[in-house]
Amino acid sequence: MNQPGIELREVVKRHGSTVAVDHLSFSVRRGEFFSILGPSGSGKTTTLRLIAGFEHPDQGDILIDGQSLRDVPPNLRPVNMVFQHYALFPHLTVSGNIAFGLEMRGIVRAEIRSRVSTALDMVRLAGMGDRLPAQLSGGEQQRVALARALVNRPAVLLLDEPLGALDQQLRQEMQVELKTIQEQVGLTFICVTHHQEEALTMSDRVAVMDHGRVLQVGAPQEIYTAPASLFVAEFIGLSNRLDGRIAAVEGTRCRIEAPGLPIIQADAPAGAGPGRAVSVVLRPERLHMSQQAAPNGFDNVVPARVAKAVYNGHEMQYQLRIDERLLWTVRVPNADGGQKRFLPGDTVSVRWNADESVVLAQ
Amino acid sequence: MTGSLASRAGVRQAGWLLAPALVWMGLFFVLPLLIVLLISFASRGAYGGVEWTFTLVNYRDLADPLYLWIYLRSCAFALATTGLCLCLGFPLAYYIARAPARWQGLWLMLVLVPFWTNFLVRTYAWMNVLRADGLLNRLLIATGFISEPVEILYTDLAVLIGLVYGYLPFMVLPLYAALERIDRSLIEAARDLYASGWTVFTRVIVPLAKPGIIAGCLLVFIPSLGAYITPDLLGGARSMMIGNFIQHEYLVVRDWPLGSAASFVLMAMVLVGMWGYQRTGGERPL
Repeated sequence: MNQPGIELREVVKRHGSTVAVDHLSFSVRRGEFFSILGPSGSGKTTTLRLIAGFEHPDQGDILIDGQSLRDVPPNLRPVNMVFQHYALFPHLTVSGNIAFGLEMRGIVRAEIRSRVSTALDMVRLAGMGDRLPAQLSGGEQQRVALARALVNRPAVLLLDEPLGALDQQLRQEMQVELKTIQEQVGLTFICVTHHQEEALTMSDRVAVMDHGRVLQVGAPQEIYTAPASLFVAEFIGLSNRLDGRIAAVEGTRCRIEAPGLPIIQADAPAGAGPGRAVSVVLRPERLHMSQQAAPNGFDNVVPARVAKAVYNGHEMQYQLRIDERLLWTVRVPNADGGQKRFLPGDTVSVRWNADESVVLAQ
Repeated sequence: MTGSLASRAGVRQAGWLLAPALVWMGLFFVLPLLIVLLISFASRGAYGGVEWTFTLVNYRDLADPLYLWIYLRSCAFALATTGLCLCLGFPLAYYIARAPARWQGLWLMLVLVPFWTNFLVRTYAWMNVLRADGLLNRLLIATGFISEPVEILYTDLAVLIGLVYGYLPFMVLPLYAALERIDRSLIEAARDLYASGWTVFTRVIVPLAKPGIIAGCLLVFIPSLGAYITPDLLGGARSMMIGNFIQHEYLVVRDWPLGSAASFVLMAMVLVGMWGYQRTGGERPL
C-alpha cells in the first residue's frame, strides 16, 4: 500500500530555450486529493499535460502504479482530464459527452446508460442529459466536464484550474462539492490551480511550484503555518515580513535585530548562526493589537500607528505603519459587535509570541 | 414601445441601403432570367429566331437519351470533382488551420494566387501541360513510367484535372474557416477520452467541420455542374457538359428555346438538390 498511485521522477520539459519543468519529482498516493499550486508560468499546467500525455518529457519518467508511461499515447493512459475551459464537445449532448470515453472503450450500451445516469446524479445534473453544452451555464458545464472524466473511473483524474472560470460564490460551493465527490468516488485527483484558497480548502496535500520546480510539498496546514521558503510564505495567504539579522541563538530561541525596532524573539531556524540575514514572517491573524504599551505576557511588543481600518463584515483589517518602511496587515475577527475598534491615527502596540512567527533565510 | 419604434426606423434605413443592389440585380439578373424562362416556352423560328407561341416541346425534347446522357455526364463530373476536391482540400485546409498563425496568411494567399490570373489563360496553360508533347508526358517519359506519350488532353481525365484545379480553392476556403474554429483542446479531450487518431477525426473533427464541408461541396458542385470553359478547351468535342450543350444550342444550332429550357433544368437540379439537403435537416450551408 506504500506503492504510490503516481510518481514523477526527475521530469524535465523544455519549451524552446525556457525550462518549463525542471527536474520535477513528487509522488501522489492512491485516493489522495493533491494540488499543484503556483503562479502562472510556474510549469504546473505543463506538469499536468505531461501526465495526460499531451507533452513528452525531455528527461525523466512518469509512473502509474509502478508502470512507466513513457511510450503510452494519451488515449491509452488510465488518466482523464477536466480541461480549463471544459472542452465539451459542442455537437454532442450532455449524455453524449459523458458517454464518449465509455463508447471509445467499447463498453456495452446498457452499462454506458447506467453509468452515465449515475454520473449525472453525482454532479446533480439529473434530467439534463439531452441538453447541448451551449444551453448550460458555466457551473453546469463544469459539472459535465467533471462527470465526463469521472465516469471512466481513471487511476488519476487531472483538473486544470477547474474552478477558474466560475464566479466567487459558485467557486466556493464547488470547492466543497469537488472534495465531497472525490471522497465519495475515492479516486486520485491532481488539481492545478493558482488560487491558494482553493488548494488549501480541497487538498490532502499541496505542492507549491515556481519556475518549474517544487518548492514544498505538504498538508495545507503545514504549508500555511510552516512555509519552507519566503516564496511559499508570501504566495500562500497574506503575510507580514520583517527583515533583520540574527544577533544571538539561545537553545531553540533566537534574537533578531532589525533596524528601528526592539529586539525580536523567535524560534531559531535550523542551522541558524549569529549574523545570518533572515526574514521574520507573521500571519495577519496571529498578531494581537492593544492600546497599552506594557508587554503583559507576549514575547514581542512593537509600537505602531494605524494607517487604515477596513470593515470586512466578519473581521476588521488594519494596516499598521511600524516605521517608515514597514506596513503590516492585522486581522481582528468581529466576534462581538460592540468590540473596541481602532481608528486611523491611533497609536497601538502589536504583540506576538516567538512561536507565532516563522523565521526564514533570505 | 420605444424599442419597437427604434427597430422599425432601423429596418427602414436598411431598406434604403438595399435599394441600389436590388435595382441592379432586378434589371440585369432577374429580368433577363424571366426572359430566358419565357423563351424556354416559345418555339424555334425557321431561321434561328424565336416564335412566341407557347409550347412545352423544348422540355419534352430534353428527355431525349442523348441529352439525358449529357446531364448524367455533367452530374458525374461534378460529383467526381467535388469528391476529389474534398479529398485534396481537407488535408490541405487542416494543415493550414493548424499551422502557426503567422504562416496561415501565407498559405491562404498561395491558395488564392491562381485567381490573380485570368481563368482562360490558366486553362490554356493546362493545355500546354497536358498536350502529347507537353510537360506531363515528358515528365512521365523521363521518369520511365511510360515510353510513348499518352493522350491526356481532350479526354475526360483532362476535364476532371481542369475542374479539380479550378475549384479547389472554393473547397479549401470554407473548410479552412470551419477547421480553424475548432478548439484544439477538443481534440485533446477526445484523445484523453481514449479516442484513436482516426476516431478523433470521424467523431470530432468531421462533425465540427460539417458546415464547412457542406459549404465547400456546394461551392464546388454547383459551378462545376455548369462548367463551360474547362470541358470546352480541355475536353474537346467529345466531352460535352451541360454548359457546352447550352452554348451549342444558343450559338451554333441557334435553338434558343431549347437552350433556355436546358438552362432552367440545370437551375432546377441545383435548387432541388439544395432543398433536399435542407429537408434532411442540414444546417444552412451558405
